[in-house]
Amino acid sequence: MAPLLAVEDLHVDFDTPTGRVAAVRGISLTVERGECVAIVGESGSGKSVTARTLVGLAGPGASVRAARLDLAGQDVRGHRPRDWRRVRGRLAGLVLQDALVSLDPLRTVGAEIGEVLATHGIVGRRERAGRVTHLLDEVHLPEPERRARQYPHQLSGGLRQRALIASAIAGEPALLIADEPTTALDVTVQAQILRLLAERRAAGVSLLLISHDLAVVAQVADRVLVMRDGRIVEHGPTARLLRSPAHPYTRQLLAAVPSASSRGHRLAASAVAVGRDGGVARREALPARPEVRPNDTLLDAAGLTRRYGDHTVVRDVSFSIARGETLGLVGESGSGKSTLARIVAGLLAADTGAVTFENAQWSGVPERVRRPLRRRLQLISQDPLSSFDPRYRVAQVVGENLDPDVGRGDRRDQVVDLLRRVGLGPDLLDRHPRRLSGGQRQRVAIARAIAPRPSLIVCDEPVSALDVSVQAQVLDLLADLRATDGTALLFISHDLGVVHHLSDRVLVMHDGAVVEQGPVGDVFTYPRHDHTRSLLDALPTLVTAGRPQEVRP
Amino acid sequence: MTVTLAPATTEAHTPHPSTPPASTARRRRWRPGLLAAGAYLILLVVAAVWPAVLAPGDPLAADPLGVLEAPSAAHWLGTDHLGRDVWTRVVHGAGHSLTIGVAATAIAVTGGVLLGLLAGLTHRLADETLSRAFDAISAFPILLLALLFIAVAGPGTVSLIIAIGVATLPHHARVVRGQTLLVRRAAYVEEAVTFGLSRPRLVARHVLPNVIGPVPVLAVIGLGEAIMIAAGLSFLGMGPQPPSPEWGAMLSEGRNYLQVAWWITVLPGVAVTATVVALTVVGRHWQTRFDGRQR
Repeated sequence: MAPLLAVEDLHVDFDTPTGRVAAVRGISLTVERGECVAIVGESGSGKSVTARTLVGLAGPGASVRAARLDLAGQDVRGHRPRDWRRVRGRLAGLVLQDALVSLDPLRTVGAEIGEVLATHGIVGRRERAGRVTHLLDEVHLPEPERRARQYPHQLSGGLRQRALIASAIAGEPALLIADEPTTALDVTVQAQILRLLAERRAAGVSLLLISHDLAVVAQVADRVLVMRDGRIVEHGPTARLLRSPAHPYTRQLLAAVPSASSRGHRLAASAVAVGRDGGVARREALPARPEVRPNDTLLDAAGLTRRYGDHTVVRDVSFSIARGETLGLVGESGSGKSTLARIVAGLLAADTGAVTFENAQWSGVPERVRRPLRRRLQLISQDPLSSFDPRYRVAQVVGENLDPDVGRGDRRDQVVDLLRRVGLGPDLLDRHPRRLSGGQRQRVAIARAIAPRPSLIVCDEPVSALDVSVQAQVLDLLADLRATDGTALLFISHDLGVVHHLSDRVLVMHDGAVVEQGPVGDVFTYPRHDHTRSLLDALPTLVTAGRPQEVRP
Repeated sequence: MTVTLAPATTEAHTPHPSTPPASTARRRRWRPGLLAAGAYLILLVVAAVWPAVLAPGDPLAADPLGVLEAPSAAHWLGTDHLGRDVWTRVVHGAGHSLTIGVAATAIAVTGGVLLGLLAGLTHRLADETLSRAFDAISAFPILLLALLFIAVAGPGTVSLIIAIGVATLPHHARVVRGQTLLVRRAAYVEEAVTFGLSRPRLVARHVLPNVIGPVPVLAVIGLGEAIMIAAGLSFLGMGPQPPSPEWGAMLSEGRNYLQVAWWITVLPGVAVTATVVALTVVGRHWQTRFDGRQR
């Protein structure tokens, strides 16, 4: 029997004012019935364009060429928009990363799904409501009748993603294409969505999964294709690919995933060598750090509580950070991590509790008293662009945080020096941050943060918006900086692998309270609290790659 | 079609890095409307500054022997009831309209920016008081408010300018207040505290410039509005007095001869309309460019 999806030598080009850009340069792939195939690659690799092209949504100005483009035995080359409309939803459903953008904000979830049913004439008008409820139940949306009447903004990210999947499977497509379906979600929610996708496959639906995260696709995919610059550089069965990657780029991607085993090593491999075990690239060791003396307290927080109305966001949190130490802070979204970060950074006052920093009272004092110490404590946020003045260019962004006494001429030299330290060239000085890549922007933010030589940097999800390999470079950079400057870090992330890789000690937050804290190895190896355990269970890892037991439906 | 299938139009809003560059081609396309508006505005400025270039005659020169003459080679657009050349009067009227518009907008923008900043930056009580005052002023139709002011101060160009300025001020103040609140809460302003900036310096360096940014754009669009209101008020006899060649006043004068000499009213009317449209087109274009830059 012919495969469900057969693509041969697919090219997608875009016409732009600056010339023709080749996004996809001759890829071939097949998806059998009931199979799950994953395409892995970084931003700009052409993976999303591929996914969109397969449902006829390559976009304006795109020209698509292929030797073969068969979907369920149908040649879809030369399909016109109206032909594609019959394909989409019925033959192939598409699930995108951001359900809030994909769902119509002015329609209830039920109406959204009902429309798919109506368009493709799946069920009669009378049975439609029942069918919608059934579909929402299929994707395990609790209280489906009530949810069907709700609008997308009333649902959490995980529930929205489920509703989106429900609308994608409403037309009973044989192929489900999921483009980064879990990227914006917490680990536990991500695990649920992956389980849901695995369930659909068990029900006979083929899956084409697009992701930048190897660990995620390893959970569900039978075969993996690694894509780079519009080409497939390597493909093979998941287990084989992860165990013995043949292409240097695949090895580099695997080496970039932070985890317990990567501690003390570089993630971004400059020279990728084949390990003796034939698998993951050997990693270089990180430079030695100044010794951390646990009694040399830099920042101490005691009994911090913060309420918004009658909702307690941070509940009696106490911890301390020693000079030069890296304290990890993990928890799901809504657990109070960011509020705590803002209290520590002195941007938000706690209702009760006290913070001391550099042996001085830091909380509950007038800003005037705090100002001299401000420059010792810096902040790096998840979205660097929004933390830059929109009028500023790179030189101004970084220069702003230099000592005010530095003269004009020296200023530029010092900015160049700071940029060099974060691995950026002086050619970026007069560029606008908007024109930089995500990784470059975060480097600029780091350069600005280290400008006043702070003793503590609060990093609030600094790598969450980045691709694995860019994340690897930024994490390496932070590791280098703390080694040379002896800077302490409060490192906040929802990614346990990242925290495990970088931190000395870790705090686990849940519902505003710290449920567990201690050395990172102890906490993650012998978790005592249920919540820590569930976070760890939900974490997709490459170690359990292949055909893992826990994600079976 | 379901939105699940993500029509290509949603792509611009998706922050996904792999989305292809879709709208750049459209943005650069040559737009005749914009060009025409720009050309008209240039012509308008020339008419206001050196009217003699376009119409060398005297706008007040009456010719009792040639009244209500239809457009001809000698009088492109005919003559009015006193035998004055309509084209010359319209060209010379540009100066009046533009002066009133620019001066009134200047009052509105300056006052609006100051009061808007005051409302947005100071204590809640001040904000409430000012905002309610803006509401109260906006509740009156602008024309009515200006009329009221002129009724008290007496007609004339200066009171017309002040009246329009005050009446349109709340609009600018509100926009500036909203923008101030937005910028104040932006991450880059909030986090600038960590650079050890004092509050006044923080406001001067990060808040003010980002609030002021969109003001010139608003001013251009506001200018069109001011010119229209000015013409309306002069039509009612509240502005420059005859025989000044003001567009609104010309409309008013020509209105009695509409049946026999349409040309007296049509050209001043076209001038007002075209000015407002041209300013709006240019202003909107500028605004779109500005919004794009902010994003």
